[in-house]
Amino acid sequence: MTETHADYRLSQLDQLEAESIHIFREVAAEFEKPVLMFSGGKDSIVMLRLAEKAFYPAKIPFPVLQVDTGYDFPEVLETRDHWVNRLGVRLIVASVEEAIANGVVVDDGKTSRNRLQIGTLLHAIEENGFTAAFGGGRRDEEKARAKERVYSHRDEFGQWDPKMQRPELWSLYNGRLHAGEHMRIFPISNWTELDIWDYIGREGIEIPSIYFSHQRRVFERDGMLLTESDFNPCRPGEVAEERTVRFRTVGDLTLTGCVESTASTIPEIIEEVAVARVTERGATRGDDRFSEAAMEDRKKEGYF
Amino acid sequence: MDLLRFATAGSVDDGKSTLIGRLLLDSKSIFEDQLEAVEATSLSKGYDYTDLALLTDGLRSEREQGITIDVAYRYFATPNRKFIIADTPGHVQYTRNMVTGASTADLGLVLVDARQGLTEQSRRHAVILSLLRVPHLVLAVNKMDLVDYSQEIYDKIHAEFTQFATKLNIPDLEVIPISALNGDNVVNRSEHMAWYSGPTLMHHLENVHVASDRDLIDARFPVQYVVRPKSDEHHDYRGYGGMVAGGVLKPGDEVVVLPSGMTSKIAGIDLFDREITEAFPPMSVTIRLEDDVDVSRGDMIARVNNAPQPSQDIDAMVCWMTTTPLKPRQKLAIKHTTRTARALVKDIQYRLDVNTLHRDQETKELGVNEIGRIQLRTTVPLLVDPYSKNRTTGSFILIDEATGITVGAGMING
Repeated sequence: MTETHADYRLSQLDQLEAESIHIFREVAAEFEKPVLMFSGGKDSIVMLRLAEKAFYPAKIPFPVLQVDTGYDFPEVLETRDHWVNRLGVRLIVASVEEAIANGVVVDDGKTSRNRLQIGTLLHAIEENGFTAAFGGGRRDEEKARAKERVYSHRDEFGQWDPKMQRPELWSLYNGRLHAGEHMRIFPISNWTELDIWDYIGREGIEIPSIYFSHQRRVFERDGMLLTESDFNPCRPGEVAEERTVRFRTVGDLTLTGCVESTASTIPEIIEEVAVARVTERGATRGDDRFSEAAMEDRKKEGYF
Repeated sequence: MDLLRFATAGSVDDGKSTLIGRLLLDSKSIFEDQLEAVEATSLSKGYDYTDLALLTDGLRSEREQGITIDVAYRYFATPNRKFIIADTPGHVQYTRNMVTGASTADLGLVLVDARQGLTEQSRRHAVILSLLRVPHLVLAVNKMDLVDYSQEIYDKIHAEFTQFATKLNIPDLEVIPISALNGDNVVNRSEHMAWYSGPTLMHHLENVHVASDRDLIDARFPVQYVVRPKSDEHHDYRGYGGMVAGGVLKPGDEVVVLPSGMTSKIAGIDLFDREITEAFPPMSVTIRLEDDVDVSRGDMIARVNNAPQPSQDIDAMVCWMTTTPLKPRQKLAIKHTTRTARALVKDIQYRLDVNTLHRDQETKELGVNEIGRIQLRTTVPLLVDPYSKNRTTGSFILIDEATGITVGAGMING
C-alpha cells in the first residue's frame, strides 16, 4: 500500500484488512474472554497477523487455542510454535487424545478425529470460560459457510442454529450473550482463497512448508492423495509412492489430501489457485465428502 | 483492484438465482466439484435441468423447501474488480433481509420479469434501496428472450420506473435489458438487442464509480479501542484505534473529542508499524493526540468546527425485524458506532407503506418487516449525523435486552 492516495480509494485487500481489524478490535473491546482458534493453517496465520496489526504496538490481548488432533502435520506444529513465540501470545492446546482419555469424547474407532475435535473444542471453551472464539472460516469455502454471520451465536451447547441468526447490519455487530453461551467470530468472512494468498504474498507471511511443492510418500484413496503414516496405513490394494505434491488446506493428516503440484513460491501458488477448477475443500478434504450437508451438520454441532 | 458490494433483489421467479449463477459461471467462480454436486442433486431430485439455485441455497432446510431463507454472501472477481454479492431472498421476509443486504451495499440490483413489468415487489425493493441510501441502482429487465427482445416493452418499463424513481432518492440509475438464461447483456453484448446502446450488466458493475460515494469532508472517528502497550519499549504510547467513518484526518489537525468537548491536535496516525500522512474511510488506524486528554471507547474524534451533535433525542426511520411488535414506551438497547446505550421509544409517528409510500399515522406499532418513523430518548448522548450525510454515524441497531436479538435497524433523520 502506498502512503498517498490521490483519489482516496483503498484496494480491495486494504478494505478487507481494515474490516477485519475493525472486527478484532470490536470483539476485544466488548467481550470479556476472547480466544483465537489457531490451527497453524494459512487462514489462521493470516488471522494472527491481522490481530497483531489491530493492537500494535500492544500485544494481542487474548490467547490462542489449538485443538490438537494428535494427527497433525509436524511442519504445521512447528509454524504454530514459531508464531506464538514471535508474538508472545499464550498458547492453549486442547488435545483430542487427552479428551478421549478423560472421557470428554468417545473414540469408537469409526468417528474421525475431525469430528472428535468438536467435543474437544467445546469442552475447552467451557472449561476456560471463553465468551468469544475467533475462527478463520471464509464464506467462499462452502455453501453452508456462505450463510454464516461475522458474529455467529452459539447456545450453551455450542450449537449453531442457521434459522435463528441475528441480522447483521452496517458494521454494527451485536455481541449480546446469556450465561453459558458464546460467540464465534469470523473476521475473514469476506476473504476468498485468492485474497488469502495475495495477502500472504504481500505481507511476506511465514506459513507451513507443506503448502509448497515437496516430495512426499502418498497413496490414493477415494480420489484423494493421502499421506502415508502410522496413523493412516495403506489398506489392501493401496500403494504408497513418492510424488511431487503440496497441500491446499491443513487439517488432520488422515483426512487432508494433497494435490500434485510443482508450485514452490507464493506467486506460483497464486497462479495455480487462480486457475483451479476444484475448490480447496472439494479437492482435499475428506471430511466434507460424507454428505452434501457435512459442513452444515458439523457446524450445528459446534464445529467452526 | 477495488471492491464493489452489491445487493440483489427481485422475487424468485424473476430469475435471480439464474442471474447470480450466470455471473458466477461466466466469471469462472463456480468450481467443478460444486457444479458436479449440484448436477448430482438435480438428477436425484428428478429434475431435467441443472438447478443453479442449489448452488446458492446452502442450507438443508432451504434445499428441502426450495426457498432461500436468509441472506447469503457470495464472491466473484474479474481482472478489474472484486465483488461481494449480498444475495437476499425474494420471499416473505423480504424487507428485513433487503435492509440487511442493502446496509453495506454500494449498488442495488433489482430484477424484473419483462413479461410482468413493474410489480409491487420491484417498487418496494427500489423504495428500500433508496431509504438505505444505496447510491447506485440497476434495474435489470430480465427474460427479454420471452418478449422477443422487444424494445417497446423495455422502453415502457424504463419510462414507468424512471417516473416512479422521481419520488425516491436514487442518484444513479441504470436500466439494462437482459436474458439471464441465455446470457444476453449479462457479460456479453446481446446480438438480439441492437437497439440497446448502454452497457452490459457486467461492464456496468465493473465500471460504476463508487469511491466518490464516501463522505470525505466531515471528519468522524468513533473511538473503538484504546491501545496501551504497557511495555518498556512503548511505555508512553497511548493510541486510539478505530475505523475512519468520514473525512480525511491528518497529523497536525485540530480536533475535538466528544462528548467531553476537549480539544487537541493529532500527533500521529499509525497503521500497524508505520506512521501515515492521512487516514480516510474505511481505514482502520490508530490515532495519537498531542495532549493527554481523557478518551475512551464510545467517544468520537471530529474537527473543532465540524462535529456531530450530541443528542439524547433521536428521530429515525426504523425497520422492525422481529415478530413481537415495536410499541411506544418500549425499552431497548441501542448500538450506535462504538457506543451502546439504552433507549426508550417515545413515539411511533407513522408506518411507511413501502408499496405506496403512504404514511400511516393511525397505527401506533410496527410489526415484523415494517418500516416507520420513531422518536427515541437515549440514556446517554449519541454523537449522530443524519443518515443521508453519513451511513456510519447515521445508523444504529436496536437490541432486545431479554433475548439479545437484533430487533431493529435505524437510520437517523435530520
